[in-house]
Amino acid sequence: MEQKKRGEKALMLAGKVLLVFYTLFAVFPLIWMIIIAFKGDSQMYDTLFIFHPTLANFKNVLTKGSYVKAFVSNLIISGGAVLVSVLVGVPAAYALARYEFKHKEGVAFTILSFKFAPEILIIIPVFTIFQKLKLYDTYFGMIWIYQFIGLPLLIWVLRGYFEDIPVEMERAAELDGYSKREIFFKMLIPLIRPGLVAAALLSFIFCWNNFTFGLMLCGFKIQTITVSALTYISTSTIHYGQMAVVSVIAIIPEIIMCLCIQKHLVRGLSFGAVKG
Amino acid sequence: MKELTKKPLLVRIRPWLILLPTLVVTLGILYPFATAIYYSFTDYSLKSTAYEFVGIKNWVEMFTGKEFWHSLGVTLKYAVLATALEMILGMVIALTLNTEKRWAGILKVILIFPLMVAPVIAVLLWSLMTNTSIGILEKFLNLFGVYAFPWWAASSTALFSVVMIDVWVNTPFVLLLVLAGLQGLPKSPYEAARIDGGSAWFTFKTLTLPLLKPVLLIALIFRIVSTVQEFSIIYATTKGGPGDTLMNLSLSAYMDGYTYSSIGRAIPQILVLWILINVITKKLVGAWLKAKSAN
Repeated sequence: MEQKKRGEKALMLAGKVLLVFYTLFAVFPLIWMIIIAFKGDSQMYDTLFIFHPTLANFKNVLTKGSYVKAFVSNLIISGGAVLVSVLVGVPAAYALARYEFKHKEGVAFTILSFKFAPEILIIIPVFTIFQKLKLYDTYFGMIWIYQFIGLPLLIWVLRGYFEDIPVEMERAAELDGYSKREIFFKMLIPLIRPGLVAAALLSFIFCWNNFTFGLMLCGFKIQTITVSALTYISTSTIHYGQMAVVSVIAIIPEIIMCLCIQKHLVRGLSFGAVKG
Repeated sequence: MKELTKKPLLVRIRPWLILLPTLVVTLGILYPFATAIYYSFTDYSLKSTAYEFVGIKNWVEMFTGKEFWHSLGVTLKYAVLATALEMILGMVIALTLNTEKRWAGILKVILIFPLMVAPVIAVLLWSLMTNTSIGILEKFLNLFGVYAFPWWAASSTALFSVVMIDVWVNTPFVLLLVLAGLQGLPKSPYEAARIDGGSAWFTFKTLTLPLLKPVLLIALIFRIVSTVQEFSIIYATTKGGPGDTLMNLSLSAYMDGYTYSSIGRAIPQILVLWILINVITKKLVGAWLKAKSAN
């Protein structure tokens, strides 16, 4: 018995040690990014943690190059994509939650299957069609193709939130003389609002982070933030400080959003399969 | 009675009307998928608009060539290694964090951050970490007499280095799901186990693990589907190199389609990948449904 307890204690200790190492592994790259972002080129090579912070890297990224433009483009595409996803996805989620009809699960799974299809499989034919329709390198084309990212998530997560609302509540409101529209906008939408906000922000993050579509479906007029960030690696004269600033600018908005939707993160990330 | 079963037309098609916008948006995506299959039987190229039907030539060439089997091997190696590491690490860390203590609460928030970072940006961060002139990891390895460690620049260390970035970004996903699963566990069986005096390991094996099975399967499905088609991290680090070390099916199809402009050669590889994903998800979703109903 005594031996068993000692074994368990050792196991617990090993777990704690692993946790410390993992925490360092997970957090340190973010800390290092912030350090480098404030380090001047002259101090880059011979200092580690003690240096005179400077804003020169931020100034360079914000005034030179195309990163600011990419940031704005990314905002337009991701924001536009999420807006369209919400407009078409919320009614769809409601229909899938409340109505019984033929092929319902078929439709739902087809929408879900987009999440599981290789992006390149969609991109290559879309590329040829976009060129014919003059949608290549346009906001319209990008917002449309980004539905592939956000819409399945939104529909599947919101379907779960709608299903959580008892049908009896709707029936009662109907008996009280409210119209379907009033019930939908005045009762259901406020009830699912936390879930809706979380799913929309999560879709936004996924769109914001996407790389493949931006790489292959636009490039001259419009550049996404990830495609633009990559050019900071491949330039021959490497400015590490600017690389760090580029990362900071791309990451900070997402971490703030992540903190806002923490409670719904599990449900959103698992497409409603795990109700955390 | 008849009136009850046969509803008016408008009521019957109402769900379809509500779904219409979604269907329009997604059909625009489904149609290209169908044309993709057709293109795999042509010599379609980005260089010219004219193309001819070539039958199963692309498919035969793919299956008889060495490159395809190499890419398939890389795809599976990368997916299995990354998914296994993420699952094990995510689960162990979740178990150590599963307490009500204050520090655990803070870590539960902070450790999720990497998951929000775009894979390409993660590559930037790890470049800053591993860089031989300014990277902290290089300075750290110098202490042990290791200089200019090549990370993803050498084929012997490339797979491990790139998988490390994948693990950095995605372990929090498993961690988050398992933590949610642990919090949802019923209390009473654990009290019974404590009274019986079973060891912690025994309780974990016979109680926790089976109860967590549905959550673990969901994490596994999402991770395997994503790692099997990984593109961004490999593209941003090595573009499939050095040589063809990391040329998985996604990268190989991209190279054939975009760099060598042969769409006809690119698509069969992606279709194989798609079939692979379908087979895997079907199996795992089946297992998930079974585990869910068993609990």
